[in-house]
Amino acid sequence: MAVFLFALLSITCIGSILGMILFKNQAYCALFLILAFVCTGGLFGLMNAPFIAVVQIIIYAGAIMVLFIFVIMMIDIRRGLTPEKKKWILYPSLGIGLILIIELIFVLNRALGSSGTQVSEAVGSPKILGKILFTKYLYPFEITSVLIMAALVGAIVLIKDKDKT
Amino acid sequence: MIPTIYFLILSAVLFVMGTVGFLIKKDLITQFMCVEVMLNAANIAFVAFAASTSSFDGQIIVFFIITVAAAEAAVGLAIILLVYKQKKTIKSEDSSLMKG
Amino acid sequence: MREIFWLIPFVPALSTLILAVFGEKLPKKYISFQACGAVFISFLISVYSFIGLLKISPEQYPVVKNLFSWIHSGNFQANLSFQLDPLSAVMAMVVTAVGFLIHVYSIGYMAEDRSYSRFFTLMNLFTFSMLLLVMASNIVLMFVGWEGVGFCSYMLIGFWFEKHSAANAGKKAFIVNRIGDAGFLLGILFIIVYIGSTEFVTINNAVAGGSLSSGLITLIAILLFVGATGKSAQIPLYVWLPDAMEGPTPVSALIHAATMVTAGVYMVARMNVFYTMSETAGFIVAIIGAITAVYAGTMALTQNDIKRVLAYSTISQIGYMFIGCGVGAYAAGIFHLYTHAFFKSLLFLAAGSVMHALSGELDMRKMGGLKKYMPYTYPTFLIGAIAIAGVPFLSGFFSKDAILTAAFAKGQYVVWALGILGAVLTAFYMFRLIFMTFHGKERINPEVKKHIHESPPVMTIPLSILAFFSVIAGYIGLPVVLGKNVNWFNNFLKPLMHPVHEAHLRLGTEWLLILISVVMALSGIFIAYWFYLKKPDVPHKLVSRFPFLYKLLYNKYYVDEAYDKIFVKPAIKGSELVYRKFDLNVIDGAVNGTASGTGFFGKVLSYFQTGLIKDYTLIFLLGAVILLGLLIF
Repeated sequence: MAVFLFALLSITCIGSILGMILFKNQAYCALFLILAFVCTGGLFGLMNAPFIAVVQIIIYAGAIMVLFIFVIMMIDIRRGLTPEKKKWILYPSLGIGLILIIELIFVLNRALGSSGTQVSEAVGSPKILGKILFTKYLYPFEITSVLIMAALVGAIVLIKDKDKT
Repeated sequence: MIPTIYFLILSAVLFVMGTVGFLIKKDLITQFMCVEVMLNAANIAFVAFAASTSSFDGQIIVFFIITVAAAEAAVGLAIILLVYKQKKTIKSEDSSLMKG
Repeated sequence: MREIFWLIPFVPALSTLILAVFGEKLPKKYISFQACGAVFISFLISVYSFIGLLKISPEQYPVVKNLFSWIHSGNFQANLSFQLDPLSAVMAMVVTAVGFLIHVYSIGYMAEDRSYSRFFTLMNLFTFSMLLLVMASNIVLMFVGWEGVGFCSYMLIGFWFEKHSAANAGKKAFIVNRIGDAGFLLGILFIIVYIGSTEFVTINNAVAGGSLSSGLITLIAILLFVGATGKSAQIPLYVWLPDAMEGPTPVSALIHAATMVTAGVYMVARMNVFYTMSETAGFIVAIIGAITAVYAGTMALTQNDIKRVLAYSTISQIGYMFIGCGVGAYAAGIFHLYTHAFFKSLLFLAAGSVMHALSGELDMRKMGGLKKYMPYTYPTFLIGAIAIAGVPFLSGFFSKDAILTAAFAKGQYVVWALGILGAVLTAFYMFRLIFMTFHGKERINPEVKKHIHESPPVMTIPLSILAFFSVIAGYIGLPVVLGKNVNWFNNFLKPLMHPVHEAHLRLGTEWLLILISVVMALSGIFIAYWFYLKKPDVPHKLVSRFPFLYKLLYNKYYVDEAYDKIFVKPAIKGSELVYRKFDLNVIDGAVNGTASGTGFFGKVLSYFQTGLIKDYTLIFLLGAVILLGLLIF
């Protein structure tokens, strides 16, 4: 049962990413990406990480992609769409991509070697994650909040119209 | 249960697809979306390892990565908007001041 | 005796340094005082050391003073160290005494020259190098001095460098010298490899102890002798000495008569163990010396330039010194070196005095009858000529006789015969010179005759002193015929020499040999008298009877032209070829090629910089893929 679910989710994920790459219309790409993120959230759930799954869907699919769609709306797509030209970069990048897949699988396999190959039973509930987050990883937590604030301020400063005060 | 190696293979495939997409695409927005895909693939790998060694550190890291990705997306999109305002186009080929 | 003999080279060195730095600004009087004073102080120290040497027993020879370890590399060691033994003491005294007198003479001779300070700087530098050469206790330091005197010779021959002939003569001297030095250096290298040490004491013990094969000893001896032929102007490397007369006369007197050219003889005497142990090498030295003696003598017969005659005479006399060393009579060779220093420098300085009087005239055909104008120069010149001709009771007689007797005693009859022939020639050409210059009809240019004057005392006093020594210097080495231990000089130097089987002649034979050489000398003088005073047209008749022979002798057997054709022109052509084919194309090509290659690569690489992030990312990925691949496999 779990394997079937896994197969479904991963194929959907890969398929939507493929679609995102192949389509020219940015809005379609964004929608495909949302689908991919939702599937990823499902995959997280399969891996006994319910908290992360929910966070993924809320933040990634919910907030970040909405930002993307806002920006796509603000940009005049018709002028943004590019005429088709022969891409010389296609074949080299495909080749490199292929090699990279093989290498990554090798590396990951080796990295996995020592630890177990089965997904364990422990569930990453918010209670446990919260405990670790606020004790062991307190500093990164606080600093990340500062980072977010910096991003916020940065984005506003960048966009602000220089003429108006 | 599901062997961890399946998740890792999925992560590798997603990552490479994100990379190839970044190289192929011509407009800035889609390229940025491919960068998000790469981040996502890394997240999957982290969670898979966390699950297989039954420690939760991997999940904490994913939490932070998502947070940072959000911040980065905000700033990046602001920059893309600015570029559009300046050049009236979002073709990545037009931003080549570093040529030569 | 306090060991201050190591100061002997350094006093002139200090003087050189001061003159080199400040010379242009110092007044002439001070320069003269310092330069001559430095050499005189060295002379005093050498005399002091000599006296000290007389007091200690021969077992303590040599007294070595090591100043510091100069080169130390693995097994090879060369120190800045000096040694005092009879040979170096004699040489040091000769060099400093004659050097001092010539320095004083130069005060007068170079008085009007505009490069006064440069002259004395170089003369002092030369004195320092020569003293380094004779007082060194190892062969490497001696070679340093050897090269130093070669360099000073080059600078002093080309002293008036604006004159093309002088500059070329300096170049020729240095290059020919260098060829000899190549052989010398090879000899030194063989010594270092097979004996392992450079100190003379060690070398002597090693060779005398029989640790080298005889073939090796001969080889080293011959290589070292090649260096000696270059420095001492023997066949085949003598061609630079006649041209060296382009330099000022005091230079000719000091360097090319008394000291530098005798460095080769000193070297052979120092390394006498090689030439004694190897019969072949000794024979080669003697025969080359003998042939050169006669060969140079024949060329001196026809020269009209007063200094050229003296130059060929020097080559010839050094040949005698090598005869002495070659037959094992090293003391006799050095004895002749010592007497020759006095009378040859006297002859050169007196010739300089004549030139000075005649405002630079060199050609003997334009002289004559100068006897009455030069009351101081003429007697001293005459004494020098008599001494060199080997007339009894003057120094030249004793030294030449010692050499010829030793040659005959060793059984080298050919060498002895050549020596006797050389004696006749010597007497003849010297008195030809005397008669043509000072006697007979006056053939002087009237313009020159107006300014004719005897030289100032600063020039004639050294002449007189040298003349005095030319007479008495021989009495420290009287021949054995007059008594067993009368040859003090020989006995003094004997402890240094590897034991030679001394052949003894019957008393009657020795007196006969002396008689023969005296008769030869006097007959030479008589023939000159006949040719140039009694019947002055005889020379012309001879020339017209034998034009070919005369031409051959006058043009120095065309040796210079032969060398030019065989060696010089091909060398110049070859180097030009190398320049064109190799230097311009390969070396410049490599350097320019590196520059243009770099530019080319830069251009190629700039194609990669398109300014697009996509392309940069591709290259990142490529690099990452390669790295990962390397890590995995």
